[in-house]
Amino acid sequence: MQALYAQLLVGLINGSFYALLSLGLAVIFGMLNIINFAHGALYMMGAFCAYFLLNVAGIGYWPALIIAPIAVGIFGMILERTMLQWLSGLDHLYGLLLTFGIALIVQGVFQNYFGSSGLPYAIPDELKGGMNLGFMFLPIYRGWVVVFSLAVCLATWYLIERTRLGAYLRAATENPTLVRAFGINVPRMITLTYGLGVGLAALAGVLSAPINQVRPLMGADLIIVVFAVVVIGGMGSIMGSIITGFALGVIEGLTKYFYPEASNTVVFVLMVLVLLIKPTGLTGRAA
Amino acid sequence: MKHPISALFLGSALALAATTGAFAQDKTIKIGVLTDMSGLYSDLGGAGSTVAAQMAVEDSGLAAKGWKVEVISADHQNKPDVATNIARQWVDVEKVDIFMDVLNSGVALAVNNLVREKNSILIDTGAATSDLTNAQCSPNTIHWVYDTYMLANSTGQALVKAGGDTWFFLTADYAFGAALERDTTAVVVKSGGKVIGSVKHPLNSSDFSSFLLQAQASKAKIIGMANAGGDTTNTIKQASEFGIVAGGQKLAGLLLFITDVHSLGLKVAQGLNFTETFYWDLNDGTRAFSKRFSERAKNKAEPSMVQAGVYSGLIHYFKALEAMGGNPHDGAKVVAKMKEMPTDDPLFGKGSIRVDGRKIHPAYLFEVKKPEESKGPWDYYKLVGTTPGDQAFRPLSESACPLVKK
Repeated sequence: MQALYAQLLVGLINGSFYALLSLGLAVIFGMLNIINFAHGALYMMGAFCAYFLLNVAGIGYWPALIIAPIAVGIFGMILERTMLQWLSGLDHLYGLLLTFGIALIVQGVFQNYFGSSGLPYAIPDELKGGMNLGFMFLPIYRGWVVVFSLAVCLATWYLIERTRLGAYLRAATENPTLVRAFGINVPRMITLTYGLGVGLAALAGVLSAPINQVRPLMGADLIIVVFAVVVIGGMGSIMGSIITGFALGVIEGLTKYFYPEASNTVVFVLMVLVLLIKPTGLTGRAA
Repeated sequence: MKHPISALFLGSALALAATTGAFAQDKTIKIGVLTDMSGLYSDLGGAGSTVAAQMAVEDSGLAAKGWKVEVISADHQNKPDVATNIARQWVDVEKVDIFMDVLNSGVALAVNNLVREKNSILIDTGAATSDLTNAQCSPNTIHWVYDTYMLANSTGQALVKAGGDTWFFLTADYAFGAALERDTTAVVVKSGGKVIGSVKHPLNSSDFSSFLLQAQASKAKIIGMANAGGDTTNTIKQASEFGIVAGGQKLAGLLLFITDVHSLGLKVAQGLNFTETFYWDLNDGTRAFSKRFSERAKNKAEPSMVQAGVYSGLIHYFKALEAMGGNPHDGAKVVAKMKEMPTDDPLFGKGSIRVDGRKIHPAYLFEVKKPEESKGPWDYYKLVGTTPGDQAFRPLSESACPLVKK
């Protein structure tokens, strides 16, 4: 039984990465109608950004939590302005292909310079060590990841669903022409939203840097699972993707305990089941 | 010559003789480096293996003796089906004579079959599974650098002797992990230890915390990592996070490469024990080669044992072809010649190739240095033990290889 609690907690930790990443995807899909396949590469860039800040500029983990998402977010906004915005009226497939291509290029460039084994990034001193919870040894850093990402997820949900800015955004996706008629700069809002989604991916990258090796392919390994999470939660649903992210982390954790061989497929099996029963995803609305 | 007609006949007969003569003396060689160019193992093989192959071609001096040697390479993406397709095309269309590197056990076993069917040559320097020279052995295959039996034998025995008598395995869920776990279990049991559990994880996992918790709960003294590359580095890194080593359990890296230690950094990797058959800083020969290699390698990396094996294997292959006076393009025949000749190069020293295709040389047990012991970049290992070649690998008496006559 103790082992079970430990696995649940570990699942929750992984779930927080899924939640942060799928949240970013959901925001981008919900507001821009773009299936952002570059999300994994941008997550990786966040981790690399933290690595460079530390090793080139001597800037530590805490500032990196703010600087890296902003830097990668700006990169994202440039992508949106120069490439993605031209695809806004076209089929989803074009956006998917373009972002997938961008992901391949970015990963290829990083791999060319840094190889595949990855670079080390240490846990910040303040969060080193762990505490004994009785049923498991919880590294403090992992606890921090859960708390912090939950806070960020809820703040993002609040921003989009409960503030005036969020209302503009949602209105702009429903009917851009009308919103523009009220004097709101819709293209700029869309660029900023893409930046926000990308920033969330980069933030997840910084959070994961001390846990995993900083590797060019770290995002490619994760992105497919995250897409499954978004599909299960319902494309574009903010709260849906947060809850599904955490829930799937837990389910995957349990699978790792009861039948580890299936732990990398369980998410997809669930995805198939959900799509069979409710094609719009658990919280999605019919289009 | 009185009769112009007979002169014509004589002339064409001579010309014919000249061409068939040239055919017997064929001096063209095509080398195919088939490896992981873009995935998790690309640092230990990858482009570095191609560099090693080119260095072997240059150092052999064959070009000056009228040979034409060409090196081509491809990315098998760690997929046996992709690898088999490339290999088939290389043999049928590109007329490749010899396959080098071919890391990843699943890929190697697939290519091994094809090479045998096509009577080509495989010198495998990257795959770990000892099946390549055991049940799956082939007259066309030489397994050059290391195998799971040798790793298990060297590292496993040393750790059990040092008191690590209970084991828990974290195993990559494919041919390689299974072979490594099986061979290590055999050694642990034989040395008086006990295996109390294991968990199989999918290849290329990023999070090992669930598996590590299970290993921790098992209370085994040794946690054997039957995985490789990024999987191993992530396991080690996360094990330190969960206080596994601090809690008294010891991690055993059953297959670790210098690129993994480099990627982890000495702070995390210090104290790990594992076995390799090549290290750049072993002696003057290895240092000289490595210096030239790193000047040409990406990020000035020192060669891994897989890349060193590509060089060493090709040097021996060239010697065999020179001894034969030309390239007969007959895989089994060339491999038989290679087995006849003793091997000798600055990288792996003097050695031999056994009838089952197993290359024999010493195995070295290393310990990763503490950060303060390291004198410079890539100065990572301390040599703590050497197993002589004749004891390092599976004895022929235990072999299930049909080529071994009993």
